Amino acid sequence: MRKVYLVDDSIISPLGFSTQENFQNLRKNNIGIKEVKNNDIWSAPFYGSVVDNDKLHEAWNLISNDKNGNYSKLEKMMILSVSKLISNNPSLDISRCGIVISTTKGNIGQIKEEQNDKAYLASIAKTIQGYFNLDQTPKVLSNACISGGLALAIGKRMIQAQLYDDVIVIGGDLLSEFTLSGFFSFQAVSSAPCKPFCKNRTGISLGEAAASAWLSADKKKINGEAISISGDASANDANHISGPSRTGEGLYISITKALKEANLESQQIDYITAHGTATPFNDEMEAIAFNRAGLQEVPLNSLKGYYGHTLGASALIESIIARHCLLHNVLIASVGFEELGVSQPVNVITKNETKELTRVLKTASGFGGCNVALIIEKLA
Amino acid sequence: MEKFYISDFCSLRNNKVFKNGEEIYSDVASDSIKDFAKGLYKSLDLKYPKFHKMDELCKLGFLATEVLISQLENIDQDTALVLSNRASSLDTDRKHQVSIDDRANFYPSPAVFVYTLPNIIMGEISIKNKLKSENAFFVSEQFDPEFIANYSKALLQTGKASNVICGWVDLDNDKYDVFLAFLSKKGRKELTKKELNNLYNQ
Repeated sequence: MRKVYLVDDSIISPLGFSTQENFQNLRKNNIGIKEVKNNDIWSAPFYGSVVDNDKLHEAWNLISNDKNGNYSKLEKMMILSVSKLISNNPSLDISRCGIVISTTKGNIGQIKEEQNDKAYLASIAKTIQGYFNLDQTPKVLSNACISGGLALAIGKRMIQAQLYDDVIVIGGDLLSEFTLSGFFSFQAVSSAPCKPFCKNRTGISLGEAAASAWLSADKKKINGEAISISGDASANDANHISGPSRTGEGLYISITKALKEANLESQQIDYITAHGTATPFNDEMEAIAFNRAGLQEVPLNSLKGYYGHTLGASALIESIIARHCLLHNVLIASVGFEELGVSQPVNVITKNETKELTRVLKTASGFGGCNVALIIEKLA
Repeated sequence: MEKFYISDFCSLRNNKVFKNGEEIYSDVASDSIKDFAKGLYKSLDLKYPKFHKMDELCKLGFLATEVLISQLENIDQDTALVLSNRASSLDTDRKHQVSIDDRANFYPSPAVFVYTLPNIIMGEISIKNKLKSENAFFVSEQFDPEFIANYSKALLQTGKASNVICGWVDLDNDKYDVFLAFLSKKGRKELTKKELNNLYNQ
């Protein structure tokens, strides 16, 4: 089966409008979560991670070739990330790429409007197709909080099935009144920046971001060290639609199958970039699954303390950052963590570290009992 | 290259249920999706109390799956779910939106909010049938037989799934369209884009 490489990527988030800027901010442990005062999202201040509208407007005006078109904030963020990917990579021909768009709620704010075509997720695919003048309509994946990681797995599978040689995975979601109010109803929103895996956590923080990643079967396209997705698997808990499995079943199965595909043992993993939403049930379930898989001593972080939970973008961004951690041989502190708050041991990274890294495990879990695991590997 | 087959297929349309091309249930008297689903649930003799908590979209996907696999003695745990639709979970999204429209009278409910994701259908199907398998939910303007067949084949060829339940489960503004197919290594109809499209359009 042919290898699939992560060739390049681009992130648009509160921590910057390029992967480089995001990565620099993470290395400085700068966080995107702030007190947000925005009456369109919520009437009282809350903690979240939002993309500045003025900054986006400025970046859009610099890059957009269609200034009169009707683009939502999310669409602008997605198009911006893809445009940067293209401009940084002259050898990337988007017209020959398969495209998978990962989003959970898309332009959901539009359902309040009388003209609500944009509330339909496939409209985003049409918008991107139109903007980049593509023959094929991108595929849209909407699979709760694992969407961004599952979209990478699907991109990899499309390449391995020889449907395409190159795939662009685009992920994005907004911090909306719709989603925030839903998490309010679960009483799951933290009154301060979230603290994944920490005893003192008080729930999740939401965030917004968009990102894109270029997957290719062609090693010659890589500039620098080769990073591949060498294993992937997804499994359902078959247990509960909103509560994670108490035994971490689906996540454990996903990890085991991904390791098997990559032909690796758990002790060969150097770093885990976890889902880590900072809800007690999620963090506990992950700790159980990692212990069942023999991964309790592997250095682990959650980037939710930096970005908040960016839903359909989160696992994609975390995979992109994993690639850059491999390239730079650095581990980034799991910000917000003070004291272990799960019943099983996990090795949470408390300080940035320089360490030779070869293999990263990325995991994500979500509503509907879904889980995904990816092995991202530096090849000699 | 190994061949795969469409072993069984079913559809729920206009208050009628078809399995492998034959009408097996009809309830033209019901004038709501809720009543149609309830009648079909009773006729299948399921005794599954969780059914009553589901939103309408999940009820439709859940019932179609029960119809599709009713003759199987058991279903392999590695049977993947590859579903798609046009309206995602908008039917329930609108209900959640009504509960948050007025911040002075704000009553979002976790029992509603959890159904504002289309992949919850696959969660419900997985729980009922103990499927600890690959799930993916795609959204497109129309049923996309080429991509759904290609992606399902990729899962079967790579051993990521032993069988696949794939199809279209759409609900929007009281209009629904449900079509499911069971893909495996056995059957008479070969899995091709054309065959899947023909069966969808039957």
